Amino acid sequence: MKKLQITEEEVVHIANLARLKLTGEEVKMFCSQLSEVLEYMKVLNKVETGGVEPTAQVTGLENVFREDEVSPSLEPNEALSCAPAREGNFFKTGVVLEK
Amino acid sequence: MKLYQLTISQAKEGLEKKKFSVKELVASCLEQIKKLNPKLNAFITVCEEKTLKEAEEADKKIRNSQFVIRNLPLFGIPIAAKDLFCTKGIKTTAGSKVLENYIPVYDATVIRKLKEAGAIIIGKTNCDAWAHGSSGENSDFGPTKNPFDETRVPGGSSSGSAVAVATGMSLAATGTDTGGSIRLPAAFCGVVGLKPTYGRISRFGVIAMASSLDSIGHFTKNIEDSALILSVTAGKDSYDATTPPLEVPDYLKNLKKEIRGIKIGVPKEYFIKGMAREIEQQTFLAIKELEKLGTKIVEISLPHTKYAVATYYIIQPAEVSSNLARYDGIRYGFGREKFGDEAKRRIMLGTYTLSAGYYEAYYLKAMKVRTLIKQDFAEAFKKVQAIVTPVSPTLPFKLGERTQDPLKMYLSDIFTIPANLAGLPALALPIGFVNNLPVGIQILGPQFSEELLFRIGYALERQRENEK
Repeated sequence: MKKLQITEEEVVHIANLARLKLTGEEVKMFCSQLSEVLEYMKVLNKVETGGVEPTAQVTGLENVFREDEVSPSLEPNEALSCAPAREGNFFKTGVVLEK
Repeated sequence: MKLYQLTISQAKEGLEKKKFSVKELVASCLEQIKKLNPKLNAFITVCEEKTLKEAEEADKKIRNSQFVIRNLPLFGIPIAAKDLFCTKGIKTTAGSKVLENYIPVYDATVIRKLKEAGAIIIGKTNCDAWAHGSSGENSDFGPTKNPFDETRVPGGSSSGSAVAVATGMSLAATGTDTGGSIRLPAAFCGVVGLKPTYGRISRFGVIAMASSLDSIGHFTKNIEDSALILSVTAGKDSYDATTPPLEVPDYLKNLKKEIRGIKIGVPKEYFIKGMAREIEQQTFLAIKELEKLGTKIVEISLPHTKYAVATYYIIQPAEVSSNLARYDGIRYGFGREKFGDEAKRRIMLGTYTLSAGYYEAYYLKAMKVRTLIKQDFAEAFKKVQAIVTPVSPTLPFKLGERTQDPLKMYLSDIFTIPANLAGLPALALPIGFVNNLPVGIQILGPQFSEELLFRIGYALERQRENEK
């Protein structure tokens, strides 16, 4: 089987999806490290999984409901206490939508 | 004997008999921190003033009514919290510069329960950033050192918590275990570490790593203390829908029952090429002790064990990439440029395996193999009631030894990962020393069998004490 090699373009694309800014050096490092780790993952191709259901929740709980009751929650001042910037009772962010 | 050397049950007895005050107890731990923390770097934040003040208040309560000690199971006990647990008004960094300035406005459910039981939170312990790591070296606040040999790692990610308990900087400490982050440091530092069944303890307020795997647990000096703490922290929480509405037993009730006749499995797949010979020897010595206690040792097979690490390193980074997406620096903390290398690596890996065209080949495939790993255990538990294995294939390794090779670091968790994939409880306990370095084993059981694990662990611990 061909050895798995992630390209620099792919690394830049993934970083962009994950909102990470990488330096040129980091791109190179992740190229080789991610390729090596993903190459190791190929061992799973040896496992026959036809007809096997995937497991996402291990203890078998499903559809957990609770009563819809009003209970106290954080005051605006508490919720905003760590915000780097606020305006009134809102978190202040940079512009997201252009005019 | 110094006060910081006491177990929780010994400290409770001493407080009740008025041999010492709560203030003297916490002062003894604070002194240990002052003496050792500059070298070992186990704490990110020490709450000295707050701890002393709370201790004085506790002593006042004792003067008013002696009963508080009996009514509150952890009254006056200094406990450290891994810096992944939100603590109201106390900085909580997750070991990352992203949260260097984050002060939570609420307590994690576990912290609330510990406080309600009378515990005093003495400080916040160092850990691999976001709990990503097996050595403690990924902390943005510097590595924690192993107290038995400062050139070696204490194991991670709950590195500081294990060191705090091993050195008496606190009588117990909280931890999280997503792939071995409680059990590995417990084994490397010679303390007891419990990774409970998935969902047994609420995850609310604990900074999430991989939500289908994260288990909340703790470190103690002995099994009895571990059982005592689980009786306090376990149970359903309306803030965490994955906590089932199962009754929480008094884990101390059957602790001292004998274990004669219990069938214990030893999986042949856990004795692999590359395992240190001394670890194998120590494990077999412990198994012999279990036999002496009347248990029946049975060889079992968990055939999918060799796929556990690959399965885990697909599922876990996928969930990490999703959980770390929330750190945008808008509501609290700093921006994403502050993520360290390992967090970036896992975000990238997870984003890749979840991205269009790769999801089925990686993530879905891994979730199916997870089913097979879980079924292996289900089959095994038809034949045996518990399973014993080593915690780590090696002794504590040298600082820096694995940092440049992520895959090698990931393989440190080869024996601990399967319990997380299957949601099983696992109890790590010390069984001896090799070259003055501690060695541990883990006892695994079916989901929600913590009571049995404590019983087996207690019997083994006592047996070892008697032979000393």
